[in-house]
Amino acid sequence: MKALVFLEHHGGELEQGSLGLLSKAASLGEAEGVVLGPDARAVAARAGAFGASRVWASEHEALAAPLPQPRVDALAALVEQTGADAVLFAASVLSADVAAGLAARLEAGLNWDLTDLLLADGELIGKRPALGDTVLVDVGWKSAPRLALVRSGSFDPVESGGAAEVEELAFEVSDFSTLARLVEQTQEEASGPSIEDADVIVAGGRGLGSPEAFSLLEELAAALGGAVAATRAVVDAGWYPYSTQVGQTGKTVSPKLYIACGISGAIQHKVGMQGAGTIVAINKDPNAPIFDFCDLGVVGDLHQIVPKLTELVRARG
Amino acid sequence: MKIAVCVKQVPDATVHKRIDPETKRLDRSGEATLNPTDLNAVEEALRVKEAHGGEVVLVSMGPERALESLRKALAMGADRALLVADETAAGSDLVATSRVLAAALERVEADLVFFGQASSDGDGSVLWAAVADRLRRPLISQVAALTVEGGSVRGKRQTEHGYDVIAAPLPAVVAVSDAINEPRYPSLKGIMGAKAKPQETVSVADLGLPAEAVGEAGSRTVVLALGPPPARSGSVKIEDDGTAAEKIVAFLAERRLL
Amino acid sequence: MARPIDFPPDFAPADAIGVPTDPPEERIEVGVLIVGGGPGGLACAIRLGQLLEEHPEVRERLGEVPVAVLEKGKQAGSHLLSGAVVDPGPLRELFRGRLTTADLPTYGEVPGEAVYVLTRRSAFRIPPPPTMRNHGNVILSLSALGRFLAEQAEGLGVAVLPETTASRLLVQHGRVAGVRTGDRGRGRDGEPLPTFEPGSDVLAGVTVLAEGTQGLLTSAAIDHFGLQGENPQIWALGVKEVWRVPRPLRRIVHTMGWPLRAAAAYGEFGGSFIYPMGEELVSIGFVAGLEARDVELSVHDLLQELKTHRLVWKILHGGERVAWGAKTITEGGYYSLPRRFSAPGLLLVGEGAGLVNVPRLKGVHYAIESGRLAAEAAFRALQRGEVPSRVGALDSYDEALRRSRLWRELYEVRNMRQAFDRGFFVGGALASVMTATKGRFPRRRLPTHPNAAAPLLETGRAARYPAPDGKYIFDKLSSVFASGNRTRDDQPNHLKVAARVRRPVAEAWAWMCPASVYEVGADLGDGMVSVHVTPSNCVQCGAITAKGGRFTPPEGGSGPEYTLT
Repeated sequence: MKALVFLEHHGGELEQGSLGLLSKAASLGEAEGVVLGPDARAVAARAGAFGASRVWASEHEALAAPLPQPRVDALAALVEQTGADAVLFAASVLSADVAAGLAARLEAGLNWDLTDLLLADGELIGKRPALGDTVLVDVGWKSAPRLALVRSGSFDPVESGGAAEVEELAFEVSDFSTLARLVEQTQEEASGPSIEDADVIVAGGRGLGSPEAFSLLEELAAALGGAVAATRAVVDAGWYPYSTQVGQTGKTVSPKLYIACGISGAIQHKVGMQGAGTIVAINKDPNAPIFDFCDLGVVGDLHQIVPKLTELVRARG
Repeated sequence: MKIAVCVKQVPDATVHKRIDPETKRLDRSGEATLNPTDLNAVEEALRVKEAHGGEVVLVSMGPERALESLRKALAMGADRALLVADETAAGSDLVATSRVLAAALERVEADLVFFGQASSDGDGSVLWAAVADRLRRPLISQVAALTVEGGSVRGKRQTEHGYDVIAAPLPAVVAVSDAINEPRYPSLKGIMGAKAKPQETVSVADLGLPAEAVGEAGSRTVVLALGPPPARSGSVKIEDDGTAAEKIVAFLAERRLL
Repeated sequence: MARPIDFPPDFAPADAIGVPTDPPEERIEVGVLIVGGGPGGLACAIRLGQLLEEHPEVRERLGEVPVAVLEKGKQAGSHLLSGAVVDPGPLRELFRGRLTTADLPTYGEVPGEAVYVLTRRSAFRIPPPPTMRNHGNVILSLSALGRFLAEQAEGLGVAVLPETTASRLLVQHGRVAGVRTGDRGRGRDGEPLPTFEPGSDVLAGVTVLAEGTQGLLTSAAIDHFGLQGENPQIWALGVKEVWRVPRPLRRIVHTMGWPLRAAAAYGEFGGSFIYPMGEELVSIGFVAGLEARDVELSVHDLLQELKTHRLVWKILHGGERVAWGAKTITEGGYYSLPRRFSAPGLLLVGEGAGLVNVPRLKGVHYAIESGRLAAEAAFRALQRGEVPSRVGALDSYDEALRRSRLWRELYEVRNMRQAFDRGFFVGGALASVMTATKGRFPRRRLPTHPNAAAPLLETGRAARYPAPDGKYIFDKLSSVFASGNRTRDDQPNHLKVAARVRRPVAEAWAWMCPASVYEVGADLGDGMVSVHVTPSNCVQCGAITAKGGRFTPPEGGSGPEYTLT
């Protein structure tokens, strides 16, 4: 496999999800990185340490705004120049648009939401969950180039300590690619991630006993850099806002870590969070259904355990 | 203004969604409904029409009976529907589907094309970008707030880092997030009038596409196999003896979640 | 001993009667309005469609929308649930000259049947009682039949309007003028949300109420026009599952006895049905009368318990559950029927009007038959150029009902259900005598008592319910999920129940409800508790209406989305 890996960067650093994908790609064959946009050249070289044999960069003015269509132009040109047979993306709002636009541009197959990539008899195969994470599907491509959108965080970056040359990527901008333009940009900070974006969610259900107990969850979430969610029962009771409701009639979330406190795990809630990477449940009822589908189940009093957990997490810094 | 909304009929989200083990495609034989997030796109289109005049056209690809689901959007106030109903297009992947939709949209000649957020049957957030590229139109996606003014459209685009405001001249493609609005309920008069609104069905050939360009023949990806998901590796259950918090920390650290 | 009837809800039948309030130019006018997209309402719509097709001059006089059907579910069939083994006669009659039985969505004729009396460990086969013989009847999914009938109706130019409830019957100058449809987009406290869409006044020359088991407008109309029958209406609750099975079932099965208790004191009457649906599916359900007195009586759990019996296990094991649902059935029979089935501008059809033959376990064909007869009566009035709301204009419907076979059948078994007030064995003996004498014995009317008047007793019954395992035995919440119920959470509470009740009453409601809507709330002292209600779980079975509260329809489109039931 000769892959191009689309590397995103923010605040002067290459994104962890991109680097993880790069490491994976390097383990499957030859991998070259692509970094596009302001400061691309400055961050590009770092990719060599994670397995890139070469890194392409461009700071073309058309790439100044975080918009997908000029990036499709850049990648299309690069595929032609390098003869790459695969282009890999760690999923993000931007990369999904780029990957799909590139698929149409090159008439190339795109598989998305992949959680793993592997070679079988020299052929690239992707694995992806489907139907609310109840089925795992093997997907493939009929022709090159093969485009893949991988769930962010599927692979861990591995520093292999190599180095790579940074080359300038030259490309032509299509007539329509720059019609969309950035007018204003706002960074959202501190108030913490929304539950849809959070990597860590601490959720509370009836077992909390009172609305005041949510403050325990808020402290834990703050310590972990995550968001607080709630079940339908406590939202109905007015203990927490509807915007945080996870479940069949609320939101579906798939964070890396979901800590369920005082939640029984009825299916109406389960379908909203069963895709979480790791599920930890704390409940004093040993027969709660949630213990059937969590990774770590703790039978105990959350009012004791959660504050202690928060303390320990904070102590780790 | 001519506004098109790309909508899709998906299997109803009641229990038994299954993948047919023979065709390896989603079993769509049961009851079906309009993809819920497409309703946000329909609602936004209706609001633009109410502000600026014009007509709202629903564009969809699916079996003949998808017309039933389109009727709900017609009941909300859309003016007409164009359905590409052709067996040969079944099993189309992104490349083939975007090809068909682009051809249908070219026929409609819309100033503004709306898409809803990811569909509930696994379509991922990819269709609009592929269609926009084929139409050679500017794209604004993940739009949580929209204004249309003087021949251009301005959208508040949600990203992982915050909001960007993006502007583009019409004709443009806009994909809305489900935060953008609350879809209206159709009025009784709307429900009663929906059936009488023009609903056109076309084939792939009517769009000038050869059979090899669609369906499995026109697709570039394949489904190879299905299996159960990896079982949650060794689920552990412990009782708190005073050290539960420490054990949780150790567990998370081991999985590099801390 | 506590009785639910002593804690009535804050609701009266007159609450569902009103006058038009929309400005005249906003009122919607249709020719004939049918409330309910079930077999009764749709049969009425189809027959009208046929007659209007044959008589375009009458059709023209009915305006742009000659016939409209209001259906509260997401689509026709979403709220339909039954066994079902159906007498195909009325269906054939409805489609005579147009369709044959082969065109109907059935699983074919009943291949064979068996009736068992169960004990915990055994099953005693008995010859099917004469009232239960099903030779020549067909097996079908009522939900699928609903979808089919709606398609047929639409093909005849009927407007079938889903996600639309009827919240009030409009009565003016002693005549029924139409209905008011329900609002959509209200918040939990009734406040209009940004998406608020008010209901509309829908006016019609004839209004046909085919609401089924819990007809809100039907009971309001019966009350308003003084049409009550001699006995109060009573109900049973049925909970069913559909299973995909590895071994085809080749006969229909009915059971009686276990897990119900035979002694009269318990008030437990009912049994189960197990019907094949083609080679791959089996429909299994448990039905129990709601006069059951045990606080912990839960039909959902009785169904789960039934599945542990060897007889049933042999049929289901290795399979998987693919559907679940619950619904009440009217059981009062002949003496609970309304005195008349028509009033100025109004016709009452189907189960809502009490037309169910409990000993035969049949009601669907009565719904279809009465729907057809109602259509013909309405058509005759319209054809004569009558104002259908003139007193007596629709009398021909009552006459046709009383001349029909269904009337004779209901009369014959008029006391059979009541006999079981004496318990399973005495009741069974009485029932046999009634059958042998073709209903001539006893002459007099045996009374029924409102389900909610049965004093509650506690026996620790729940200890014997099997624990859910998520694969063969299921809990209520995962079952509600399986019904497709995704009712919007932040709606007003549509279930009218008393706010303060004796504790056993709250517990009885909690056990009774198949969807876990009711829970014992806060302790209010003095043996009284509040009742905690989770209305979004409601699958609209109607049990609460029988047992002391009142179900009213929530926003249109809410509730289950049945497809196989």
